[in-house]
Amino acid sequence: MIRKINVNDISNAIAKMCIEANIVIRNDIKRALKKAFHSEKNKRAKNILKILLENADIAEKDKLAICQDTGLCVVHIEVGQDVHLIGGTLKDAVNKGVEKGYTKGYFRSSVVNDPVSRKTKAKTYPAMLTTEIVAGSKVKITVFPKGFGSENKSRIYMLNPTDGEDKIIEAVVKTVKEAGPNACPPFVVGVGIGGTFDKAALIAKKAMFRDIIKPNKDKGIRSLEARLLKEINDLNIGPMGLGGKNTCLGVNVETYPTHIAGLPVAVNINCHATRSCTRLI
Amino acid sequence: MKKLTGTIDQKTRKTLKAGEELLYTGIVYTARDQAHKRLSETIEKRKKLPFDLNNAIIYYTGPTPSKEKNKVGSSGPTTSSRMDKFTPLLLNKGVGSLIGKGSRSKEVVNAIKKNKAVYFITIAGAGAYLSKRIKSAEIVAYSELGAEAIRLLYVEDFPLIVAVDSHGNSIY
Repeated sequence: MIRKINVNDISNAIAKMCIEANIVIRNDIKRALKKAFHSEKNKRAKNILKILLENADIAEKDKLAICQDTGLCVVHIEVGQDVHLIGGTLKDAVNKGVEKGYTKGYFRSSVVNDPVSRKTKAKTYPAMLTTEIVAGSKVKITVFPKGFGSENKSRIYMLNPTDGEDKIIEAVVKTVKEAGPNACPPFVVGVGIGGTFDKAALIAKKAMFRDIIKPNKDKGIRSLEARLLKEINDLNIGPMGLGGKNTCLGVNVETYPTHIAGLPVAVNINCHATRSCTRLI
Repeated sequence: MKKLTGTIDQKTRKTLKAGEELLYTGIVYTARDQAHKRLSETIEKRKKLPFDLNNAIIYYTGPTPSKEKNKVGSSGPTTSSRMDKFTPLLLNKGVGSLIGKGSRSKEVVNAIKKNKAVYFITIAGAGAYLSKRIKSAEIVAYSELGAEAIRLLYVEDFPLIVAVDSHGNSIY
């Protein structure tokens, strides 16, 4: 049975989700920040964590963006194969929704149309849209505004197939170390292992849609997440890079089958403003 | 906590030590990537600058718009290192203080030392919190750049940490 969904409904949902994601801190992130605040021994680090919690309260109360970098708006949509989208194109509907949400929310226009000449005035769209056809008759939308202080520090490594877990950890830790004080620690780190060059980057990004308190379902990957978190926190970068044991609030790893000749590892750096909102239509 | 008000002149800058925390009340100018590029080009062409650089404080930020007139929304620091290639020239032309987040290049640290300037950092990721300490805002130049325009901000008790002092000592 084919279900008809008007793209205007998707557009309106996205507008609301842009506002919520940019203003209301995710529950898992808030919990992780509170935990970090309570566990931190370094006085300055503790005070910075306190201010970040205060920042989240002010943002929600006064409907202000958690961070002025309201980012490029990443939108991922899973479309059930029994859905027939009507009323226009999905791409236009998504961009319209992002523009509406960003304008209504008083968010920043950070999108420059020509990345080389950078001549035209910045806008709020296009969204960084990815779609996936899945089973069923529903549409699942995730809106993930991505700031560039941290995005700039993200890296991809094409490791050797025989490199194994230790080299993966080395690559992730190296990336975090290089991000250092510049990418707004405490971080949240998304790691994509496997696939092709682009697939690894995509699953690293999608790893961030997952609650950071929920570990990966696979036992081996779960233990890799725990090892990564420990090694990153042992770097003593701390909030704002001024020392402290809370360098990272969470590490989410996702994997995908890959080629016998390769081991792609994508590391997506995020700050505490790891913002997202998911809805089902 | 130590408080500073108004112009931060060279004499005051020389007393500041890396790691020291303070609250600043006074005028800062916002400028980030594109504004830095334009300021540098203006200096190189020996044309008139949009504001007096002498002892000026530059804050690396691109705020969100505000619902209120002459205000800004969230306004936290952006990554300072992207401005590194323009900073020595601006310091040589009189800029006294810089506000941002993260580390600076060796060339910038040397230029800070040479000019007895200072590099401050403020709370990274706390744009909403910091917006409460920005009392007014007006566009000074390059309004077509939107968030990247140069704005004059009047800030009150704005939290700063000395990251590189006038002697070249760094907190990192």
